[in-house]
Amino acid sequence: MSRRSRSRARQTGWDIVGVIVFIVMVFPVFWMISTAFKPDDEIVSLTPTWVSLHPTLAHFRDAINRPYFWQDVRNSLIVVLATVVISIILAFLAAVALARYRFRARTLFIVLVIGIQMLPQAGLIIPLYVVLARFHQVNALTGLVVTYMTFVLPFCVWMLRGFLLGIPKDLEEAAMVDGSTRLGVFVKILLPLMGPGLVATSVFAFITTWNEYIFARVLLNDQSKQTVTVWLSYFLGTSRHTDWGALMAASTLTAIPVVIFFLIVQRRIAFGLTAGAVRG
Amino acid sequence: MQETPSTAIAAGTQASRRRRRSRGRFLQAATPYLLIAPVVIVIAVILGYPLYWLGKLSTERYGLFELIQHAGTSIGLDNYRSVLHDEIFWRTLLRTVIFTAVIVGLTMTIGMALALLLVRVSRPVRLLLSSGLILVWSMPVVVAVQVWYWMTNFQNGVVNHVLTQLHVGDYFQHDWYATTFSQLGMVSLLIIWGALPFVAITLYAGLAQVPADLVEAAEVDGARPWRVFVDITLPIIKPILLILTSLSIIWDFGVFTQPYLLIQQSKIHAGNYLMSIYLFEEGYFKSDFGRGAAISVLMLAIVAILSIVYVRRMVRIGNEA
Repeated sequence: MSRRSRSRARQTGWDIVGVIVFIVMVFPVFWMISTAFKPDDEIVSLTPTWVSLHPTLAHFRDAINRPYFWQDVRNSLIVVLATVVISIILAFLAAVALARYRFRARTLFIVLVIGIQMLPQAGLIIPLYVVLARFHQVNALTGLVVTYMTFVLPFCVWMLRGFLLGIPKDLEEAAMVDGSTRLGVFVKILLPLMGPGLVATSVFAFITTWNEYIFARVLLNDQSKQTVTVWLSYFLGTSRHTDWGALMAASTLTAIPVVIFFLIVQRRIAFGLTAGAVRG
Repeated sequence: MQETPSTAIAAGTQASRRRRRSRGRFLQAATPYLLIAPVVIVIAVILGYPLYWLGKLSTERYGLFELIQHAGTSIGLDNYRSVLHDEIFWRTLLRTVIFTAVIVGLTMTIGMALALLLVRVSRPVRLLLSSGLILVWSMPVVVAVQVWYWMTNFQNGVVNHVLTQLHVGDYFQHDWYATTFSQLGMVSLLIIWGALPFVAITLYAGLAQVPADLVEAAEVDGARPWRVFVDITLPIIKPILLILTSLSIIWDFGVFTQPYLLIQQSKIHAGNYLMSIYLFEEGYFKSDFGRGAAISVLMLAIVAILSIVYVRRMVRIGNEA
């Protein structure tokens, strides 16, 4: 075998391994979608059907007509939007301080921002539950928003800081020399340039909050007050006969907004470590 | 001496200018503090206050009755004593440490292999594989748990079918959740599957920093691929590896959702507790908040120690800019 054909054979070998790895990794996602569209007899059959020839939307209809689905989607949206909007505004100010100023308490503040993100959520269940119970905020969406801000806020500060560092200081300095005020610089120069960064950070905060499970599970007991992840986690618990089709349809519906958003923004930060904060 | 109006005005403006300048300097120094103030205040209230309560609760008898009364009875360090004398605590700690070590080891090894594979494959396959990884990355944990459970259910799980078809063994109606070992094994696989995309893609980005000519030169000199990897690639991506490893340790030590939902509540017992589950069951589920708080404090202390490496590195990064 000539040298070139040997290296081509090796390349093909690597490519085959790559495709096999792709199939193994993606299979669970494929199986979820495939099951969601299958008629019941194909789901319970002992020999699996890979792709149904008779796809049906019945499971999706079933899932969205389950009690509390729309109510809980609404709850999730309220909690997510409130958390993200408040966090982004407050975090942006702090990020400007970190990216543009040197000050004495700087290191301390960085330790705070990074340290909080490392706290295991389970370790905070008990104090948050007891404190919120004292203020009658258990079973209330406001209590959950406050809880989510504990970790979304530091995460947004750190991520926005990264984006701010990408904007050259010279631009602002030039505008200051030209007689702009600090506020003017902020509104006219920093804000427009930060647009993509603000969007990306908001989307990541959206995803983390939408996916959150443990706090929502502990703090919201009333079925009409739950978020969509808790709704999904209770899906099986109601009957002895498991409706896999509806469960997979519900799972698909829960994942769709996250997947779409993630695909939009991941390019911006896939190669930055900040993105890691999204891992469940 | 009679002051002319003009000099008086001049002196006045000079003084006010000086005042204005010093006020400007003060504002300049205060600006960063004003900017971080909202975040610091909010965190102090929504996290600082509960953490103060955590400490307080851990020294009190605080159950459902006390929760309704809004008052606990101080019992000193009894909660800590009770936890530290609890054999289940130590077994859970040991189990969680082994569990974390295995998962982090496997995640980093497979993640590294995937990153190297991404370098080797041709462009279209790389695009395919990285899009697949990103799709997996974006799966919400609760969704992943449900899919995993469906794939491995003992009646007609597709995993059982495929393994039987591939002649790996007879897994017809095999119950993957029958023993503690296989329960935690399933949880581990789920966690590794979910963590791989982040690790692999980040390491792949790190590999781009390895100078190609350096590798080529080594290969021309006859270095074997393994030596190239150990002597050239590894030292360059070591900082990224270190950050990823410490992050994974911290996350996997405190993992809750995957084991809690996959093993299912009815099958969770003292014999398969992980740290977060132990805390949840003993503190929240049994409404023994005082003892739960003591467990939380111990757990937070352990994670704080685990986080030192990561936090120090991040502080350095934060101060560089």
